Amino acid sequence: MKTLADLKKIREKAQEEMKLRGGNVRVKIVVGMGTSGIAMGAREVMKTFLEEIANRNLTDVMVTQAGEKGLSSMEPVVDLIEEGKPKVTYGNMTPEKVKKVVVEHIVNGRIVSDYVVATGN
Amino acid sequence: MSLKRIDLLICCGSGCVSAGAQKVKDKFHQVLAEEGISNEINLIETGCMGPCDYGPVMVIYPEGIFYKAVKPEDVEEIVTEHFLKGRPVQRLMLQDEDKTFAAQKEVPFYQKQVKVALANCGYIDPESLDEYIATGGYEALGTVLTTLTPQQAIEVIKASGLRGRGGGGFPTHIKWQLVHDTKSDEKYMICNGDEGDPGAFMDRSLLEGDPHRILEGLMIAAYAIGASRGFFYIRAEYPLAIKRVRTAIQQAKEAGVLGENLFGSAFSFEAEVRTGAGAFVCGEEMALIHSIEGERGNPSPKPPYPTVSGLWGKPTVVNNVETLANIPSIILKGADWFASMGTATSKGTKVFALTGDIRNTGLVEVPMGITLRELIFDVGGGMVGGHKFKAVQLGGPSGGCLTAEHLDVPVDYESLKERGAMMGSGGVIVMNDTKCMVNVAKFFMEFCVDESCGKCSPCRIGLYQMHEILKRITSGEGKESDLEELQRLGESVAKLSLCGLGQSAPNPVLSTLRYFRDEYEDHIRDHSCRTKVCLDLMHFDIDKDRCIGCSLCARKCPVDCISGSREAKYTIHQLDCIKCGNCQDVCPVKAVDRIPGMHPEVVKHKQQQQLHASHDD
Repeated sequence: MKTLADLKKIREKAQEEMKLRGGNVRVKIVVGMGTSGIAMGAREVMKTFLEEIANRNLTDVMVTQAGEKGLSSMEPVVDLIEEGKPKVTYGNMTPEKVKKVVVEHIVNGRIVSDYVVATGN
Repeated sequence: MSLKRIDLLICCGSGCVSAGAQKVKDKFHQVLAEEGISNEINLIETGCMGPCDYGPVMVIYPEGIFYKAVKPEDVEEIVTEHFLKGRPVQRLMLQDEDKTFAAQKEVPFYQKQVKVALANCGYIDPESLDEYIATGGYEALGTVLTTLTPQQAIEVIKASGLRGRGGGGFPTHIKWQLVHDTKSDEKYMICNGDEGDPGAFMDRSLLEGDPHRILEGLMIAAYAIGASRGFFYIRAEYPLAIKRVRTAIQQAKEAGVLGENLFGSAFSFEAEVRTGAGAFVCGEEMALIHSIEGERGNPSPKPPYPTVSGLWGKPTVVNNVETLANIPSIILKGADWFASMGTATSKGTKVFALTGDIRNTGLVEVPMGITLRELIFDVGGGMVGGHKFKAVQLGGPSGGCLTAEHLDVPVDYESLKERGAMMGSGGVIVMNDTKCMVNVAKFFMEFCVDESCGKCSPCRIGLYQMHEILKRITSGEGKESDLEELQRLGESVAKLSLCGLGQSAPNPVLSTLRYFRDEYEDHIRDHSCRTKVCLDLMHFDIDKDRCIGCSLCARKCPVDCISGSREAKYTIHQLDCIKCGNCQDVCPVKAVDRIPGMHPEVVKHKQQQQLHASHDD
């Protein structure tokens, strides 16, 4: 490290690693992990999100979890929250669908309307 | 590496470690592995989070959930409920009467705190340079080296109004300026981590929780004064702090923020850790310097001051850990920002180690000028066990005791000094109405007698004599003239001692004499300790009306001084009683009382003894 610019580079990378503690997050993915969600495979869904996002090196995306949302018939349910946009809720998720949501919605910004069960708060 | 979805921050400050944080951490590793989710969760050991009384504590991000008093048995529930199902565990959260505090930022303990020096403590992994850099670390150093001259850096610190946090409150920029202006082929920068006040752990927590910040502060100071070598003087009783600082130095070297021509400037720096053997006097800067030189840790007469002739005779600045911790933030956020906090003469914030009879013991950082009431009752959560506030000892063995009437005094260097206490390094010991102030003064005096290096006679002999008088008073042998003698000795020792230890050691006695004189008088005139702390000036007695004659006390008495029967009830033979308190502890009906004052039998016995003694003469 020889300049302030070098330091800045290290800082930006390190901040990504610490984004869970309140860093710069563009998209927040909330996986419903209530009993019915887990029974319907929410863990696999969350794992796929984590893998896909890590593989694509999407540093401004955060994955977290919440309890039962009430949409039991559509589990696993996932919320996608983007700053300044209405919340998008996807239902009946599977690892395959997750891959598509990551590519289409998170990377390219196109909502995958086939899987959407609700929008807004 | 897989993406993490949870940051689990476990406080591994010494308070939490002694409460079992390591076991909890190990259990987490085990359970996370069993559940197969180790790669989803980032387990981080942090420095002290502050509320030591609740330990072991942890914070879980992204929600910022705060758990307290977590035991290894709780780990499985946290993992299966919170981590797997997203349902935070209510029962481990901080509860007030009708409220549960889920997030760390809601916890009342943190509400009035402003974290500058402690900003990263309990938030980042102290052994990770990257995490320190992520919070803006080493940017201040880079900025200073590339955009400011040493003189300009000193001007920034001058404008901020920063004063030494080790006790004296000497303006930091003056020390820097003096050494900056001195021509010398070599200058040295020293970080004073020889924290020794009983009940104080600010510096330890800073060194353990955010070592890179202290190193960065040290380097900025070194640049400003023109030093190319620096030392951390840390007592050997702080092994974790020593280890973390050494790790930080190593990491900084590897990353190129410590070494030669830093940030492309002409500034080169090397730092090393020197460990002290734990003598209290080595916190005094000349004693500290002699200790680094390999000499006996004794103070020497000043002048010459270390700024003129310090380490190996070269100009040297010695700054306290917390002082250095403030430097990077002042550079980054500006002198005005720092000066906007605090009072006219005391700027910024101060870290305190709150201990004693209060609810939230721990490490806190508050703006200067906060009142003692806010510090003790809001941040500290008030007294425990329904007892009343009696006194607060600020500044450890060098400080003084203040009373309930001072609760609205603002905490700044001048206000405290005016009233006979001092800011000191930041130890705050809060005492309730069961504490005997004469005994407290004796405790601190004993500490200072032990820690006096013995070089100058006022401190070596004067403190010893003061301690002898206090021992006499607390054992019922006090004389009317003792109070004046204490006052005279105290004032002389303070005036004549060579270094800060002796100059401030009489403070606890002088301040308690000033505010609790009636307690001293009770001890001397009535042979009575109203708080029943001084064993010679109180006695145990069995209340015959309540006694059920069970004989338990008699059987548990180690000196067989209780006798009686079921019918006659039990009696303590006062002359033989050693006041161990066993009888009170074991009595099933609480018929044994602690009573202030000597028992009449004992008084009579003493008088007879004296009479015999005078006959023998």
